[in-house]
Amino acid sequence: MSAHSITEPSGRSKWVAGTLVITYALITMIPLAWIMLTGFKSPADAISYPPKVVFEPTLEGYVNLFTTRTRQTDDFLAANPPENWADEIVRQYDMVIVGPSKFGERFFNSVIIGFGSTFLSIFLGTLAAYAFSRFKIPLADDLLFFILSTRMMPPIAVAIPIFLMYRNLGLSDTHLGMILLYTAVNISLAVWLLKGFIDEIPREYEEAALIDGYTRFQAFYKVVLPQAATGIASTAIFCLIFAWNEYAFAVLLTSATAQTAPPFIPTIIGVGGLDWPAVAAGATIFLLPVMIFTILLRKHLLRGITFGAVRK
Amino acid sequence: MTDPIATRAAKATPPRVARQIKGLSDRAIAWIFVAPTIFLLLAINIFPLIWTIQLSFTNYKANRLNREPEFIGLRNYERILTDSDIWLNMQATAHFLFWTIALQVLIGFALAWLIHRNFKGSNFWTTVIVLPMMLSPAVVGNFWKFLYQPQIGLFNYIVTFFTRAEPSSFEMLGSVQLAPWSIVIVDTWMWTPFVMLICLAGLRSIPDYIYEAAEIDRASKLRQFFTITVPMVLPFLMLAVLFRGIENFKMFDLVVQLTGGGPGSTTELTSINLKREAFEKWRTGYASAYAIILFVTVFGLASIYVKALNKVKER
Repeated sequence: MSAHSITEPSGRSKWVAGTLVITYALITMIPLAWIMLTGFKSPADAISYPPKVVFEPTLEGYVNLFTTRTRQTDDFLAANPPENWADEIVRQYDMVIVGPSKFGERFFNSVIIGFGSTFLSIFLGTLAAYAFSRFKIPLADDLLFFILSTRMMPPIAVAIPIFLMYRNLGLSDTHLGMILLYTAVNISLAVWLLKGFIDEIPREYEEAALIDGYTRFQAFYKVVLPQAATGIASTAIFCLIFAWNEYAFAVLLTSATAQTAPPFIPTIIGVGGLDWPAVAAGATIFLLPVMIFTILLRKHLLRGITFGAVRK
Repeated sequence: MTDPIATRAAKATPPRVARQIKGLSDRAIAWIFVAPTIFLLLAINIFPLIWTIQLSFTNYKANRLNREPEFIGLRNYERILTDSDIWLNMQATAHFLFWTIALQVLIGFALAWLIHRNFKGSNFWTTVIVLPMMLSPAVVGNFWKFLYQPQIGLFNYIVTFFTRAEPSSFEMLGSVQLAPWSIVIVDTWMWTPFVMLICLAGLRSIPDYIYEAAEIDRASKLRQFFTITVPMVLPFLMLAVLFRGIENFKMFDLVVQLTGGGPGSTTELTSINLKREAFEKWRTGYASAYAIILFVTVFGLASIYVKALNKVKER
């Protein structure tokens, strides 16, 4: 009998543990599954009692999410036959599609601001993290703690002066303003995570490169950057997810041109109140990329969400 | 030296710039690398903080541009600390903090402990469990509002299915008694995986030989649990509590979408209250003082806690 087997859980206890964990996982998935299902329901099915699990799927929610519609007279409808399948769906309410909704625009804003701020945080963060990792910087610990402490402030508290500052600088409701703001929030995460990743690359690699006649810069981008690529990629996804999910600053500082999807989705209004299938469709489209990224990230997840405090 | 892109880039750099870069000392490079980050943080974090401190001593209202703000000393602070409504908000926040952390620690630890048995497929199910935590809190709050609807909501349906109560007999978001619990439930659903992941890292950090030694000493499983597992996971657990504490003290997006602070002000956490003062009533000076008080509270509590955490770690 090997020494290992003493602590190895028995088959039965594994089975019990597995059943309990899977039960929890399934229960915890119900809300997510429900929202995805609701996206394919008709408004009547979405609010029926008892809640319907089996229903006739329709793309109505998605059509309503992406279009604006108006009610038309019977004569008009008879004179203009439906142009495509989306039009056909809308016709059952005596409506016609008159144009795209704002959702596409808001989603696109989320993409621009998300990727813009991620790129900037990673660019600045990698430089700073390399310097903190490799060079002697006076008061390095204090500076690092200062960088971290900027995350403790409630967003609403910083929002007051940023609101005033942006108003004076003309940055309110602009993509640039939001990119700079999200970069400032994300950079603490980027520096802390990337410093951890760069710390793990042996110094000897660069020293060998320096002896071979590389300059510091060359050693940095030819030796360190390729080694840190995985770390940089996972840090980038964390920054992206944060910017993607952010709501407080977005709702206070943007309204028309630079508004992102999170403040927009809850305001999707249908005929006679909230159009739940359209809201659910918007939520589904918005949440899916994050779910996919989470699955890709699973190895670095812990490190990312704890600022590198816990490595696995 | 076979990297064509890098070689091309090196060739494309004008010789004078290349010489300058080459000539930089490590010290200079360090500052060039760190300076942009520090500058950005000074501009977007520290400058605003100082401005908030300054505003907190005035009666400035940001929606009245042409009126000069007056310096009123500590009046804003005095008013906030003696305002009984704000104490109600603080209590709502404390209730939210206490119960979310208690539930997340309990469930999170239990899950981690079970997953640590490494049953077949445990990695896959861990990833599934983790999903809610990565989603946008505002969107999550919004769709839980749908689940909580009386009559049509799935949550009410499931509860009535098991308790046989009338489906319209309770409103999670509309009743003064239930609303504070409705936000606790959603936050627990969303963030238990976070505590679970950290506990799991803690459990995995315990070397097998400690348990093996305990086995040889014929220590019971229960005893092993309380003398090995719990103390060794404790620093990890405390770290998880620190993160959740700071995050939930700042809580805004999820709750604002879910209840909007209502009914009345039963779920009006301090951040939501602060937003009302600052961006609905436009009492900028007053709200600034409020923001400073909150910041000092988080910072103070967090530093005391970190000291305790370090003591536990040293043991």
